[in-house]
Amino acid sequence: MEIMSVELDVFVGNTTIMDEEVYQFWLDGYTVSDAVKVRMEGGVLEECEASAEVLQSDTMDQYRTFQMCERLLHTPAKLANQLLFQIPPHRQAMLIERYYAFDSAFVREVLGKKLSKGTKKDLDDVSLKTGITLKSCRRQFDNFKRVFKVVEELKGPLVENIQTHFLLSDKLARDYAAIVFFANNRFETGKRKLQYLSFQDFAFCAGQLISNWTVGAVDNMVEDMDVDLDKEFLQDLKDLKILITDKDLLDQHKSLVCTALRGKTKVYSEMEANFKNLSRGLINIAAKLTNTKDVRDLFIDLVEKFIEPCRSDRWTAADMKLFLIHYTNSAHILDTFKHQVTWDRYMGVIKSCILKMYHD
Amino acid sequence: MPGKLKAKILAGRHLPVMDRASDLTDAFVEVKFGNTTFKTDVFPKSLNPQWNSEWFKFEVDDEDLQDEPLQITVLDHDTYSANDAIGKVYIDIDPLLSTEAATVISGWFPIYDTIHGIRGEISVLVKVELFSDSNRFRQSSCGVKFFSVFCNTRDALHLSCPAPSIPRCYRLAAVHGFVEELVVNEDPEHQWIDRIRTPRASNEARQRLISLMSGELQRKIGLKVLEMGGNAVVGYLQCFDLEGESGLVVRAIGTACTLEKPGSLPPSAPSASPSMETKEPSYPVTVPSPGPSAPLKYQPFSSSSPKSCRHQSSCSDTDLSFVPKIGIGSSGSSGKEGCSFKMPQKQVTPSALEQREFPFFTFTRFPPGFLLHVGGVVSARSVKLLDRIYNPDEPETRDAWWEEIRQEIKSHAKALGCHAVVGYSESTSICDEVCILSAAGTAAVLDPTLMQEGCLDDGGEHSCVFCHVPYDDFNSPFPAHLAQCCTCGRHKVPDVLFTTIELPREAKVSGKGCLIQARLCRLKKKAQGEASATAVSNLLPFMEYELHTQLMNKLKLRAMNALFGLRVQISLGENMVVGLASATGVYLNALPSPGGVQIAGKTPGDTAQEQHISNMQRKINDTIAGNKELYEINPLEVAEDVSGSPIPEPQRRPRLFRSVSESSTEVPELDLAYGRKDAFVLEIDDTDALEDMHSLLTDAPAPSGFYSCNTEVMPGIYSWTSAVQMFTSVRMFRLGNANLTNQGVNKAFNDLCEDLLKSLYFKVRSMVPCCLCHLNFSVAVPEEELVQVTVTAAAMTFDKDAALTTTLPAAQIGMFVYFLSLKVFTWFQPLSPALSVFPASSVDYGSFADRCSTLVELIKVKAQTMRRGSIKTSRGVFRHTRSNAVTVVKMTPLSFIPNTRIIKYLGIINMFFIRETSSLREEGGVSGFLHGFITEVFAMVRAHVAALGGNAVLSYQMKECVFMENPNKNQAQCLINVSGDAFLVYVRFECTHTHWPVRVSTGAVKYHCQDHCAQRVSRLH
Repeated sequence: MEIMSVELDVFVGNTTIMDEEVYQFWLDGYTVSDAVKVRMEGGVLEECEASAEVLQSDTMDQYRTFQMCERLLHTPAKLANQLLFQIPPHRQAMLIERYYAFDSAFVREVLGKKLSKGTKKDLDDVSLKTGITLKSCRRQFDNFKRVFKVVEELKGPLVENIQTHFLLSDKLARDYAAIVFFANNRFETGKRKLQYLSFQDFAFCAGQLISNWTVGAVDNMVEDMDVDLDKEFLQDLKDLKILITDKDLLDQHKSLVCTALRGKTKVYSEMEANFKNLSRGLINIAAKLTNTKDVRDLFIDLVEKFIEPCRSDRWTAADMKLFLIHYTNSAHILDTFKHQVTWDRYMGVIKSCILKMYHD
Repeated sequence: MPGKLKAKILAGRHLPVMDRASDLTDAFVEVKFGNTTFKTDVFPKSLNPQWNSEWFKFEVDDEDLQDEPLQITVLDHDTYSANDAIGKVYIDIDPLLSTEAATVISGWFPIYDTIHGIRGEISVLVKVELFSDSNRFRQSSCGVKFFSVFCNTRDALHLSCPAPSIPRCYRLAAVHGFVEELVVNEDPEHQWIDRIRTPRASNEARQRLISLMSGELQRKIGLKVLEMGGNAVVGYLQCFDLEGESGLVVRAIGTACTLEKPGSLPPSAPSASPSMETKEPSYPVTVPSPGPSAPLKYQPFSSSSPKSCRHQSSCSDTDLSFVPKIGIGSSGSSGKEGCSFKMPQKQVTPSALEQREFPFFTFTRFPPGFLLHVGGVVSARSVKLLDRIYNPDEPETRDAWWEEIRQEIKSHAKALGCHAVVGYSESTSICDEVCILSAAGTAAVLDPTLMQEGCLDDGGEHSCVFCHVPYDDFNSPFPAHLAQCCTCGRHKVPDVLFTTIELPREAKVSGKGCLIQARLCRLKKKAQGEASATAVSNLLPFMEYELHTQLMNKLKLRAMNALFGLRVQISLGENMVVGLASATGVYLNALPSPGGVQIAGKTPGDTAQEQHISNMQRKINDTIAGNKELYEINPLEVAEDVSGSPIPEPQRRPRLFRSVSESSTEVPELDLAYGRKDAFVLEIDDTDALEDMHSLLTDAPAPSGFYSCNTEVMPGIYSWTSAVQMFTSVRMFRLGNANLTNQGVNKAFNDLCEDLLKSLYFKVRSMVPCCLCHLNFSVAVPEEELVQVTVTAAAMTFDKDAALTTTLPAAQIGMFVYFLSLKVFTWFQPLSPALSVFPASSVDYGSFADRCSTLVELIKVKAQTMRRGSIKTSRGVFRHTRSNAVTVVKMTPLSFIPNTRIIKYLGIINMFFIRETSSLREEGGVSGFLHGFITEVFAMVRAHVAALGGNAVLSYQMKECVFMENPNKNQAQCLINVSGDAFLVYVRFECTHTHWPVRVSTGAVKYHCQDHCAQRVSRLH
């Protein structure tokens, strides 16, 4: 029998000592013993002439500290004026930024899903699928939910609200804005056909939608301004239908685009042959956006109705760019087409989203 | 009506949710002082209430002001049932009673509950108006300053800054002598009422009682100081003994002194203002009264003063004690301030010292030249049986016990030819009804002749004086091993020197020092009362002897010859006694070089053993050689005739005087003599000794880049940066109950201490090169088979490259760039709108602004005194302090922070907390519980210091950490007592191009500094 067993082992510094490496293990949901194993392999032992027991003790201690801090990290503004831990500001910023950081593999699984208890229950599947520990999945999910709840009822720009309440960096705040936006509008992102898209692709699209299609794009002092799409605008989109229903307009549009592209692209003939289908695809998407269900399907529709046909015709990204520019601009020359403002607002976003999404 | 206490409750923040239905709280506050209570309005439905109350005024005696804390209780209003308490804040008013300490208490305090811990914060403003009082029979001692440890800023600043011209916070003008007091009471935890009240009520009663008792104790000690003609207690050491059923004892010792502001130096020539000397002492409101003791004075006047002469006749009129008036005569010396600093002369002969009842000094650092000779460590222990304290007003039994021990110490000192004891301390260890009382100190001769003018630049000449033995070698009180002093060659020195004090500033050492610990665990039969006491007293002499032998062996192995800061702790448990001796070993140049360690077998002829011994011997020799290199010990070669001729003595014995008495029966002294040998001989005759030998050799040295010591600073390291990380670590281990042997428990205890040290090094690895300073281990045996070790220390970073340069040329001093500290010490969050959720009251800002403006003035004054200095006060500083940022408070067990300047002393911090839980598992087990509690204690200390207007706690100590658990009931309880001195300091940036990047360090941890440095340096280029 062991002659002695350590019952209690505590270390408290006046300035709270936190090891970034251990913090990451904790965030990643490693158990203490797993973290110790990884640290030992990392060679910290030889560096400091320490033993495995020392690492074990240090890791336990740090885990306890992080657990005590976690409550404060839920409201990061508190971290700055709490008295319990003395932590230099740049360390505070690090703690917050890392706590709110998320795995792109994880976020792809829940992006656009309702941040509800039901989704939370399914996290073990997500954990299995992504290889991210359940503990870490829960933290990330709770972060999404917490940010969502706080900014839901606030006025003013979404990104700024997130930044002031959670003291996140600009980049991370923008990502959270995308997550909140997707969760609120429940965009479908999980279909097989959308699997090739990364979180950053969606985040970019969310940014475009937020700054152009929401209420906030026209009025910046209403509630939910950056979260809800502008209903009036969606209604106006129905007017674009004339571009495909009026046969003259459609032919005129086609010939304008073809004239502009002739000789400039290798897929000219495919484009010419497919023009009407592609145009119908894009404009039908626009016309249907008044239905919440169709809003959710925005991205799957873009892929199915536009991106996939182009891809099967082997358009390059440059071809795509050229086409979309001329497709958008040619509509301005059509003299019977009166909805230029709505058209630009719609196509501006669609163009940049498609360009972002057009890759393998 | 001598005082009016005013309190205002401003706001709360982060309050807990008390109403589940609304997720909010209807909070109000009760403010209580003595028997008077005020209430604020209820601030409904908020977790961040804004009360902005009126001023609550309490008209009270200053006696109560000293004893009582201001008690603030935050409650949740409930219409239908009783109001729920959220938590409490106790505020010690004492710092406001001294004219020189804090003027206002203002800030956010954590709201503390003994069951739930910290639950939100409350912003409070407290002021005191004192009316002058001429009553000479008064019971209060307002204005007496208390310092946990002598803040000898002169020494301290020498280490951090080589410039002798830095003004000091206070100057020691006179030392009056030893003061002690104790008060006793019943412990509320053991009263009958405790059976019917809630744990919370019981804990609060206890917290309040101890707060009251320590207030009373401080007031009584203050009275004694005033009687002696002093105005401060230095080296104030307060402890409490939880005697269980027998009661609660709070006791304190200290040294009464007169301190003066360095700016108010009296003129150095008596002719300058002869009339002054006849003035009555006027600072503070000193009441002249005849006292039994003559003050030992360092009067900055020449001895021609007739009044001073009378002191020499050791007449006991204390009304002669001259306390210089503040402000008077400053014109005469301000111009030469610093460089003309005079070593005060002492007017009292040693004989006057001897006439004192107890010529004891509780501090461990002294002005240069104060110590003439150091005799060695004197210690005394006594085992007592506790009995219920029947009458709290007559604490005579305890008084008598201590009196007895002090007498013993005094007689030991005398035996060593010394008339004084310095670095004196007292402690107890209690288990059931058996109590060990211990006292220890260093016998010394304090000679006045060295205190004369002109001896300030002692140089190398006197660096060895304190090592010279105070007795002559032929009449020495015991067989001693003396040698010729290796520095001056004129006097005798001992071969080794053990002391309880800091290394004197003038001492010359070779290389660096290191922490040396002797650890011992001995089993003892379980017994009751008398039998147990006897068993303990039989065990004690052996333990002391073994600890001493271990210390000696380890010292020799490290090729060192002196121990400083020696602290021997004996802790009593039900079935074992644990001994831990810690000290810092150094190589004193004045002492002879230690001989090697030789091993001798007992049975010559046994070849196997001889083989083993020669192996061992080789190992030892290698270790010694390795240590010499590690600690850079290469003393200058001394003349052969000095070092090579130790005085022939038939016997050698350690320089530790000890005695153990049990119920006043003296145990005969052990014969500790070894056979005379040139080298230190260890006899190996049994497995025990082999085991000892083994543990001796396996003591792992600190990892590279680390040093450690239990003194304030490491001898041999001079270039500290201001990076300080104070920490507390607690470990407890349970011994398996399978056949416990002395050897087994001993090894377990030794491993625990070694492992703990290793963990500490690992924790602060980012600070390398780094020294763990003031490593203070304390051991307790809370339960059978449980051993608890608590360590508090400061990790300090030093500049490796500059390690050899002890002083900078004075010309560089003017190059220092001064930045205002508040910038450095306030970690402000970039101002974000979110912060406005908790707006601080404007009053808070105001007081902060006041403090800032005094700071600016100080800096301005400083600017004028520095001719070549360039001053930068950044405007931004004030903007940031006005934000809601939390003031960074540095804490250190040391009496200084390197590269900082003390601006103001704000008062002593002495706090006592109890935390209890009945959901131990939910709080993360014992470690989680204690981790949380210690974190909270740190937070509360910082908050109090910040509210006093300070940003640093010096001489910080965790004096008590009593932990009890009952895992079966899922319960635990812990008591913590901390103390320290609150100061306002500022960090100085030294702008010498070589040290620049390192010295810019501002944060407590290195990575923080590096960031700062990187920024600053990049901006520079």
